Amino acid sequence: MEVPILKQGAYLIASIQAALSDTDLLHFRDVLMKSVGQYRARGVIVDVAALDVMDSFGTRVLGDIARMISLRGAKTVIVGIQPEVALTMVQMGLTLGAVETTLDLEEGLAYLDANTKPAAER
Amino acid sequence: MSESPNSSHSANSSGTEKPEQGVPLITEADIVAARQRGRELALGIGFSPGDATLIATAISELARNIVTYAKRGEIRLIPIELNGKRGLTVVAKDEGAGIPDIRQALQDGYSTAGRLGLGLPGVKRLMDEMEIVSEVGVGTTVTAKKWRT
Repeated sequence: MEVPILKQGAYLIASIQAALSDTDLLHFRDVLMKSVGQYRARGVIVDVAALDVMDSFGTRVLGDIARMISLRGAKTVIVGIQPEVALTMVQMGLTLGAVETTLDLEEGLAYLDANTKPAAER
Repeated sequence: MSESPNSSHSANSSGTEKPEQGVPLITEADIVAARQRGRELALGIGFSPGDATLIATAISELARNIVTYAKRGEIRLIPIELNGKRGLTVVAKDEGAGIPDIRQALQDGYSTAGRLGLGLPGVKRLMDEMEIVSEVGVGTTVTAKKWRT
């Protein structure tokens, strides 16, 4: 299953639409990483609102994605973690480390606006 | 069980899909199928959406262990009832290499596949009861129960 990646200005918005298999998730990671370079993105939003399960593998890969994007010079925000998913992650002891998370897409965009510099200023 | 849940997963349904049947685990897609089936069944039993997510996630971890380490096996989902309390038993069974040291496998951070090592300890935290029976060269059976609160 392909995750659609939309370009909006200097940002990329990737919305995971349905449950992904492990292979799908790793494929998404690789495509997103290429897209950051291709579009010279300054910020990336990964919308996980449609994900009903975030297990240890999913959490690890999402964290990897954010850290890899950081190494490529862009900022990542994970948005839309569902309350049940948050509960499960806390009970399991799963964390996303220092990865930025916001309630929803709107908050995610606001975070990127406040924390990324336009091209001319870099 | 005198009363069957009002869902397509009723134990008395005449269809071929009884909840007692195992969900076969061979490919990664089966991991997603197993946890989706578990969530539906949990909601049918009357678990809250939060608990259904806990159960689905536990199934995901157990199913991934099987697909990663044992290559094939199955997950059985069994509705249970004790003293009027309802619950769900998840049995993850494989005929893989077995776990030589179960105590080590239950330690946080322990993993033989370079993963986070939160699989089995995570399942233990999500479910109310967990039991592991493993014999090297024969296989592993993990039985985990969750009771409705």
